[in-house]
Amino acid sequence: MIEIKNLTKSFGDHLIWKDVTFNIEDGETLAVIGKSGCGKSVLLKHITALLYPTSGKVYIDDHDLFTLSYSELRKIRKRFGTLFQGAALFDSINTFENVAFPLRYFTDQSEEEIRRNVQEALELVNLGGAGERQTSELSGGMRKRVGLARAIILKPQYLLYDEPTSGLDPQTSDEINELILNMADTMDITSIVITHDMHSVLSIAEKVAFLDDQRLSWFGTVDEMKESDYPPLVDFITASEYKIKAI
Amino acid sequence: MEAIKQFGQYSLLLFQALRSITEFSTYRKNLFSEFIKIGYESIPIMLLTGFFTGAVLTLQTAYQLDTDLFPKTIVGSIVAQSIVIELAAVIGALVLAGKVGARISTELGTMRVSEQIDALESMGFNSVTFLVIPRVLSGIFMFPVLYVFAAVTGVLGGVIIGAVDGILPSAEFMIGARSFFNPEAAVFGILKSLVFGFVITSISCFKGYFAFGGAEGVGNATTQATVLSCMYVILADFVLAAILL
Repeated sequence: MIEIKNLTKSFGDHLIWKDVTFNIEDGETLAVIGKSGCGKSVLLKHITALLYPTSGKVYIDDHDLFTLSYSELRKIRKRFGTLFQGAALFDSINTFENVAFPLRYFTDQSEEEIRRNVQEALELVNLGGAGERQTSELSGGMRKRVGLARAIILKPQYLLYDEPTSGLDPQTSDEINELILNMADTMDITSIVITHDMHSVLSIAEKVAFLDDQRLSWFGTVDEMKESDYPPLVDFITASEYKIKAI
Repeated sequence: MEAIKQFGQYSLLLFQALRSITEFSTYRKNLFSEFIKIGYESIPIMLLTGFFTGAVLTLQTAYQLDTDLFPKTIVGSIVAQSIVIELAAVIGALVLAGKVGARISTELGTMRVSEQIDALESMGFNSVTFLVIPRVLSGIFMFPVLYVFAAVTGVLGGVIIGAVDGILPSAEFMIGARSFFNPEAAVFGILKSLVFGFVITSISCFKGYFAFGGAEGVGNATTQATVLSCMYVILADFVLAAILL
């Protein structure tokens, strides 16, 4: 379980958000939505302590993340898989080695086991034949799928997705959404998805956190969101619906 | 104030690296790859640098000592001693600040702005152990080796240009080189190049590791890494000379 309590973040004098508080139960998929620049990715980076808050706490399975020693923190981080916005693939090695990377350093698997597990993960993201390709040869959608394969290779307890469908065409976005749903169902993973794509939210999320006006402005289930008459949320959803219709 | 903050950040990065230096299995593979990139791949440029430094120094020494007051062998003495004690290490280091330092800061800076370092950390890696230690250790081990290459070819450059230009025969050059040669000068040169290796790689790692702001940020980090490396090489050269000579 992930608990976020009274989290406040400023960069110098610039307040990003204050007093953000919510919980994510095991097995849930939460979508964090909000306008560009509202601090969604900043929030995500606090969940693995890649950034530290100005004040507030994050508890991962009752561990107070920001008081842990670095070695304890690294153990907690191993429970997470993260798909970064630009996939963050290591460009000095090929696709196969990117996915194999955590296995080589964190497990004692033989070369044959690594090969089998990487191939399985690549097939799960529909990239079974792309192992030998350099990451620079991959399209945006393929890069994100390789990033996802790398994120799940150690079978994490939590998966964090930072804008998994941004910059992708609708068809590839749907494929990524399908994969996220598939991960949550088959691997019983707790997921947090950062997005401003309402189509994704409706496809994959169970709960929604809406960041607006430098705070957590709304939190609830997807069904509650559909029924909500909270003006900023309604405006955000309406703007997204127009976009979807325009496409 | 900014300089103090930067020095603090640099010291913390080195402290963090030093604390995890025993995690050899994490950086073993990168260490050997950096030995190749920093050491092996820099041999040609160090051979060229050494050769032409020795050649130019021979021409200029002969030009300035164009008198019957000194024997011709003095050219060999001056060139060999200058190359071994100073020029092979310092000029070599300045060249390597451009080649090795710029590569390191660009590589790490790109990894930083494209979130590859965040990806390493989020997987549970110690990114400092993985990225910084192998580069700094390779600098410390490989710069002295490269210095030896530059020093040998520097003297060789002097011998060849001395003979080809008719300044003095090779045998006389070598008599001069041997007559005043002090082995401590070579030890001093090796020590200096070891310090320069540490200075260049650690500054470049620091600038790249904390780069921010996209392509422009990486460019700034690389420029700062190269300029600071050159400045601190010259400063370290002075400090070492003052302490050890």
